[in-house]
Amino acid sequence: MLLTRLKVLLQHGTQYIRHLDRVKLCDEFRGRPVLRSNGLSPAAATELCSLCPTGAIAYDGRLKLDMGRCLFCGECAARYPNHVRFTNDYRLASPTREGLVVTEGDAPEWSFDQQAVRPEIKRLFGRALHLREVSAGGDNSCEMELGAAGNVNFDMGRYGIGFTASPRHADGVVVTGPVTANMARELESTWQAVPEPKVLIVVGTDAISGGLFADSPAVNRAFFEVHKPDLYVPGNPSHPMTFITGVRAMLQPLSDAEKPDEEKVAEPKAKKAKSKRVKPQAEQQSEKQGN
Amino acid sequence: MMEQNTLDRWYAASPAETAGVGTIPLTQIPMLPYAAFAADMRALLLLPDGTPNPNNRCVAYFAVREKGEGGLLCYALVARDAERDVLAGGYELDYYREEFPPSLAREIPALHVYEREITELYGIRFTDSPWDKPLRYPFNRHHRDDSIDTYPFYAMESRDLHEVQVGPVHAGIIEPGAFRFLCDGERIVHLEIALGYQHRGVEALMAGTDNRLKQILLGESIAGDTVVGHATAVAGILEAGAAAEEWTGRDVIRCERAVALEMERMAVHIGDTAALCMDMGYQTGHVACEALRTLVINAMQQWCGNRFGKGLVRPFGAHHRLTLERAKHIETTLTEVMERYRTVGRDLLSTPSVLARLEGICPVTRRQALRVGAVGPAARMAGVMRDVRQTFNCYPLSGFEPVVIDAEQDGTHGDLLARLKMRLREAEVSYTMIMAGCKELAGRWFEAYPAPDYSRPMPAEALLFSLVEGWRGEICHVALTDTEGKMAAYKVYDPSLHNWMMLALSVRGAQISDFPVSNKSFNLSYCGHDL
Repeated sequence: MLLTRLKVLLQHGTQYIRHLDRVKLCDEFRGRPVLRSNGLSPAAATELCSLCPTGAIAYDGRLKLDMGRCLFCGECAARYPNHVRFTNDYRLASPTREGLVVTEGDAPEWSFDQQAVRPEIKRLFGRALHLREVSAGGDNSCEMELGAAGNVNFDMGRYGIGFTASPRHADGVVVTGPVTANMARELESTWQAVPEPKVLIVVGTDAISGGLFADSPAVNRAFFEVHKPDLYVPGNPSHPMTFITGVRAMLQPLSDAEKPDEEKVAEPKAKKAKSKRVKPQAEQQSEKQGN
Repeated sequence: MMEQNTLDRWYAASPAETAGVGTIPLTQIPMLPYAAFAADMRALLLLPDGTPNPNNRCVAYFAVREKGEGGLLCYALVARDAERDVLAGGYELDYYREEFPPSLAREIPALHVYEREITELYGIRFTDSPWDKPLRYPFNRHHRDDSIDTYPFYAMESRDLHEVQVGPVHAGIIEPGAFRFLCDGERIVHLEIALGYQHRGVEALMAGTDNRLKQILLGESIAGDTVVGHATAVAGILEAGAAAEEWTGRDVIRCERAVALEMERMAVHIGDTAALCMDMGYQTGHVACEALRTLVINAMQQWCGNRFGKGLVRPFGAHHRLTLERAKHIETTLTEVMERYRTVGRDLLSTPSVLARLEGICPVTRRQALRVGAVGPAARMAGVMRDVRQTFNCYPLSGFEPVVIDAEQDGTHGDLLARLKMRLREAEVSYTMIMAGCKELAGRWFEAYPAPDYSRPMPAEALLFSLVEGWRGEICHVALTDTEGKMAAYKVYDPSLHNWMMLALSVRGAQISDFPVSNKSFNLSYCGHDL
């Protein structure tokens, strides 16, 4: 009995991923797409665009792929390997809807528009963010991946990010699923039950655009006409790493990420931004001392 | 025997020769008078003494609107384990009918879901129905004014009872569904489960498109934890018309799907062991199994790029071959996982505090399981042998042995412990089948590997069905095609549809605190039920 228990613990060993910043997923994983229209005839381009059942691909001289609609099924890449390729880069989240559109010729690195994040999010939730999850027609894969983000492997609790049972205890809401008509009222009341200020995060293609269910008469997306998400996390389902890197980027103090950009920005603006930046730095120091 | 003679008019399909898939010409399905239909259903589903026949079960029973006429055409499929066939029959309901047909659900409770669905969609109120409670509040329901937000829960008037409402939004990261407990102190007198919050209109979208890629993608998102199971069922429908010789590489594809299906089963069983441990407060088992599930789904990701197997199953072919290298990786990973999972299993079954939380708690009897028409592990743990892999021989892998928890051999069945043992043993069987599948595929590495084909026609004017044993149990998909071979109607039956009642029965007389553990032990699908 005791020996079996010890064997379980011994075999379990250490499971957490020590450096979440250096995680690399296997090559088969379909993450950020790379597009190239060289040698693509107009007829073939039309065919490629019509291939996608959710209409995620567009062509106007340059190929565009909307990750907010993409189901990452890989069909386009399988049929047009010279024009669409999915890399294993799982960093896909964006604070804006437009940021999810990958255009041909884009830099291959992930660019997260820090300026689009409401400053109060960084100020108030930078050190701890507790979220209430609402599945509104989600197929349970995104839900399981969100659960996995907090498990023994990914352990996002180490950053103070976690899920809480009551909306009253939450700093924000995470929505999965296309929002069914039957869940519309429940989603709204959960959102209303979270005290201000709060964050809205949408996870998975279904939640971002409706995905396959965008045109379904059983879906009611009025919620998103009223409430604008602060973070979009694409995927079908979103990999736990996509969620963790996205939320961390949203919470990251501006001072870390924005330096190179601000040097290019006109002087007076930079000064303003500087005075704003003092606080998070101070917070960071106190955090270090606290530790 | 007189019964046998009347059943001869039903169309008998033999899916055992076609991997659980069947094609029935619509013209061959007998449209009987309702009284004859009801008599045949009784003869099929009940034993002479009026108890459920353990060998037969209704796998589909639905109505479609007659074109132009406005009447209803009702079809039923009954699977027979002993004869290894599926019988098809039906009846017509005239638009100008004088009265509603009498309900069968009172005598055959397993039919309740089907009758409730027909009532909800078309306003047919079967007379003497035990309870025509709405099934899922679909967008195309007959009474559009009824709303899920004002669902009238079953109530009992008593000064001693109180009600506890849980959901639809739950405290964890799970799907929505509403539970209403009627309690006498801590003891649960009755649990009512109200579902429908997840209704996305899958069936209507499925029938509303000719795009096969879209159809298979819809299949993948019927239930995100049963991606391979449901996608295989959709693929079966799309491939129903093609004979084996018109399809090169069929054996490789079928074998790969079987391996993927077993990997899905293994991952979920291990994950559910973790969840079960979490809810009974046994953290060692929880974290150990959680880490093991990660290894299985990561192996899946290394095969097809998705941890849940999305992108793997495609009609007539696939994009991700299980190469020798990938198979090797799966073999070594899962061998280690199984070794560790066995240790956890031994630990669980030898820890008195764990056993005390499971033994005799939340039991469901064999009789109850048969009456509500339970399928899959939920039926097998209660001693009812039901496994599509076994019955319809749809397994390309030899050496398959179904698991059933037997009262005599195991001392008990139907309780939480039986559900845990079910998981432990089925994971073992899955492991054996995965190894056999990898070995089989290694011997076929030189064979052609077909790319998916999204353009093959389906048989015209036919009823197509596809049966797959997903990890939750029997998945049944049915499609009706029109004169041009286009999808006219599509029906999806997730095992959860039948098994939700098992959960409700299991907690009768139990404590409220037992509910989360029992819920995890079944792990039923909300979206699979609501579609």
